[in-house]
Amino acid sequence: MGFVDSHILSLMTFLPVLGAAVLLCVPKGKDDVIRWIAAAASFLPLVLAVKLWFAYDRTMAGVNVASQFQFVEHYSWIPSINVEYFMGADGISMPLLILTALISFLAVIGSFGITNKVKGYMALILLLETGMMGVFASLDFFLFYVFWEVMLLPMYFLIGIWGGPRKEYAAIKFFLYTLAGSVLMLLALLALYFNTANPETGGHTFNLLHYMAQGTHNAWLKGFDVRLLLFIGLFIGFAIKVPLFPFHTWLPDAHVEAPTAISVILAGVLLKMGTYGMMRISFPIFPDITVWFAVPMAVLGVINIVYGALCALAQSDLKKMVAYSSVSHMGFVMLGMAALTPVGMAGASMQMFSHGLITAMLFFLVGVVYDRAHHRQIDGFGGLGAVVPIYTAFVSFAFFASLGLPGMSGFIAEQMVFLGSFEAFRPLVIVAAVGIVFVAAFHLWALQRVFLGPLNPKYATLEEINAREIFCLAPLGILVMAVGIWPMPIMNLLNASAVRLVDLVKAVI
Amino acid sequence: MLLGNLGSLPYFLPELAVTATILLLVVLHVASKQKTSSAPGFLALVGVGAAILLSGVSSPGGGKAIFEGMAAYDGFAVFFKVLIAFATLVVILMSMDSEELAGRSKAEYFIFLLSTLLGMFLLSSATDIVMLYLSLELVSIPSYLLAGYLKGKEHSTEAAMKYVVFGATASGVMIYGFSLLFGMTGSTQIAEIGRVLASGKAALPVVLAAVMVAVGFGYKIAAVPFHMWSPDVYEGAPTPATAFFSVAPKAAGFAVLVRFYYTVFAGPDTAAGMWRITSTMDWPLLFAGLSAVTMTVGNLVAIKQSNVKRLLAYSSIAHAGYMLMGFVLLSSAGIEAILFYLVVYLFMNLGAFYVVVLVSNATGGEDISDFTGLGSRAPFAAVALSIFLFSLTGIPPFSGFIGKVYLFAEVIHRGVYWLAIVAALNSVVSLYYYARIVRAMFLQEPTDASAIPVPAASGAMLVLLAAPTLILGVYWEPVARFAHASVRMLAY
Repeated sequence: MGFVDSHILSLMTFLPVLGAAVLLCVPKGKDDVIRWIAAAASFLPLVLAVKLWFAYDRTMAGVNVASQFQFVEHYSWIPSINVEYFMGADGISMPLLILTALISFLAVIGSFGITNKVKGYMALILLLETGMMGVFASLDFFLFYVFWEVMLLPMYFLIGIWGGPRKEYAAIKFFLYTLAGSVLMLLALLALYFNTANPETGGHTFNLLHYMAQGTHNAWLKGFDVRLLLFIGLFIGFAIKVPLFPFHTWLPDAHVEAPTAISVILAGVLLKMGTYGMMRISFPIFPDITVWFAVPMAVLGVINIVYGALCALAQSDLKKMVAYSSVSHMGFVMLGMAALTPVGMAGASMQMFSHGLITAMLFFLVGVVYDRAHHRQIDGFGGLGAVVPIYTAFVSFAFFASLGLPGMSGFIAEQMVFLGSFEAFRPLVIVAAVGIVFVAAFHLWALQRVFLGPLNPKYATLEEINAREIFCLAPLGILVMAVGIWPMPIMNLLNASAVRLVDLVKAVI
Repeated sequence: MLLGNLGSLPYFLPELAVTATILLLVVLHVASKQKTSSAPGFLALVGVGAAILLSGVSSPGGGKAIFEGMAAYDGFAVFFKVLIAFATLVVILMSMDSEELAGRSKAEYFIFLLSTLLGMFLLSSATDIVMLYLSLELVSIPSYLLAGYLKGKEHSTEAAMKYVVFGATASGVMIYGFSLLFGMTGSTQIAEIGRVLASGKAALPVVLAAVMVAVGFGYKIAAVPFHMWSPDVYEGAPTPATAFFSVAPKAAGFAVLVRFYYTVFAGPDTAAGMWRITSTMDWPLLFAGLSAVTMTVGNLVAIKQSNVKRLLAYSSIAHAGYMLMGFVLLSSAGIEAILFYLVVYLFMNLGAFYVVVLVSNATGGEDISDFTGLGSRAPFAAVALSIFLFSLTGIPPFSGFIGKVYLFAEVIHRGVYWLAIVAALNSVVSLYYYARIVRAMFLQEPTDASAIPVPAASGAMLVLLAAPTLILGVYWEPVARFAHASVRMLAY
């Protein structure tokens, strides 16, 4: 094996930040050079992601078995407290690694229109990519936490410097919310560290896989109250990121103020870190509590679906509407996970991937119209369909994908979630299904107000979507369609791990 | 091993080096006509540099009691001497290009600074209450002079006055506590006092003594409620002196706090690396309460500050609160966490103050509004300050995070969960006010957009302070080991 093959996850994680270091050395004023360096630095991980896709053995499940992880890199980092540099991929992380590489690259391309402080912007976006990749690749809790937090700083600056009129408020709100969640996670992490033993050495460990073997837990950590408390600590940390109701209030602010490409990353990748964290950490380490807590989690998921859709229905700002649609869609992920069935879990994974693609399209599209009209009021347009037909086609495509039209990825994922959770939570799923009506409603209503009806003369000369924007949208659209029609490749990627995860959790009943 | 006066000298080289430098500075001051030359600064640099090198000369081996048991020579003392001397070194560099101090006699300033240093050396190794009291005063009195060094500036004079009054009160209360201890045990040696107290004494005098001594030490580390002096002193004193106060005496205060309480009111436990309370008072609980109150008050009051020096003053109060967590756990890992934290705190806090010096040199102000747009006016300094501030918040990949992890970890390990939760929430609060400065620097546009030049020497200083803040956040094994070894060699 060559260096690239044996360090593929590290390369995917650190190439972007390396690129950031390079572009910081570019002299002022050469904005185009900076843009292309950034594009290259985010394109390389995408190439590697394609390599991952082909090299990944879909029969290995991973989750809690170290030998079944692929592309593993395992080194000692801080021996005195047993922090390890431990990376690896399985079916839970694979779709998200690929998604991160794709969305980050498109976000960089989509940011070529940024003209203010290009160097700082591109450096931060690359640093952000490193943080996100690292989170999805880490199998050591300490490492995971470091990446989890590293991502906060670039996000704060990206929203705070390049954002809209209320950027300062939105940036600090995002920062404070997430930090509050992560300090709880830190405490839970330390409590886990001191109350588990590495079965090989007997010392304390940060290795997530060791935590999953319940035999490593000491007597204190076997107590129900303690486990519940730790689970809830982690859960709040993750739920803020998802964001689950009632921790979601940072999201509309952050989304509305963030520049387009940052909204794309925020909704496309960052939100998934919350549900990913639950799958990777909370569920397998505390299977008993997961089962105990399944109903509340499902209820929260359904609240997200319905409440998010209702909020979206009430918005007059297109971007805020899309933001709330994310709240709604992440509810499906939660519901599917809480069901603790293989289909539900696979559906949740699928929904994460699919929502990443769709919501990225939606935010790009909102950005397109905002760049031209300089506002996003749904009622401020009208009849745009006649002026910008290609743009209208893209928006219609994305909206239909988002509302779950059959033949698109969202439909597959949502159906799997419903199928997987129906047995477990019948009444809840019925409520959620009714929520779908609202989801359809806000999409169609917005579509009607913006693109149909009499043309608003102010926008009679609105510029059509340009080639660069289409370049960002087309790959996403193709994938949405491909997954919608033939989901098996993605299904195969995540299925074994979803089944293993459910088995692992169910084993305690 | 108990050493006599002459035999102790080889273990007293750093102190001798500093003393010699002070005397040379006095001579230089008297002899030189040019009061504002930079010669005293270089002399002080050489002296302190020599002291650092000499600290490492004779490795401690086992601990030694030097000067007939007046002081200890052990890994713990050496750790603090190196740390404090290094902080002083940075402060000397800072002082040399401070505009505030321009035009004033530098030699006198450095004499006071180095006298404080000498006091802190002695304080971190003192094992006799007489020695301890004298070295505490040797730290305090030159500090008063440093705080009031900007003669004619109202704030500075006020600072010095407050400092004197508070300091005198605190040390008065403390020495009363010492006298109680002496009365109960008939000894001035802290090890002996500890032995006698462990054999059982009336509760009330012990409690009184423990609390009264806590006042004196609490004042030195600026723990709430003995912190009132610090914001005014920090604001009024010349900024390099403020930076100095926020790190060095605090470190020395922790050194003496640990040595004194762990010797007098606690003794080694049978479990390795653990202590147990030997007196009749649950002093760790008292300090746990102080710790929680200190960090909370520090952080909450910092939110409202608009002067950056005052803000950093309250922030350093909060940090004393964090570090106190390590003190109440009666474990060597807890003390190690304090030592580790002090190392990272040194770099990030001095770094933050150094940027304040640079900005106030250029703009003449120290308000948050003076930092507006620094991101475009002096990008390098602004990025460095952001690193320091986020490190102070405790966000990875900066070293402040690792420092907090060690503290939190040991608190959780010992099962003091409420304290861990208070501290974690405090970290979130602290983000808000640190981010206010960052917001001014990067998120707001300056009214005056002219570039602020950062001289190459200042840039080098920033790198010197920012690099460890970054590197120790990614690889900190050596420092952790150094702290571990130092605590193991805590002789008494």
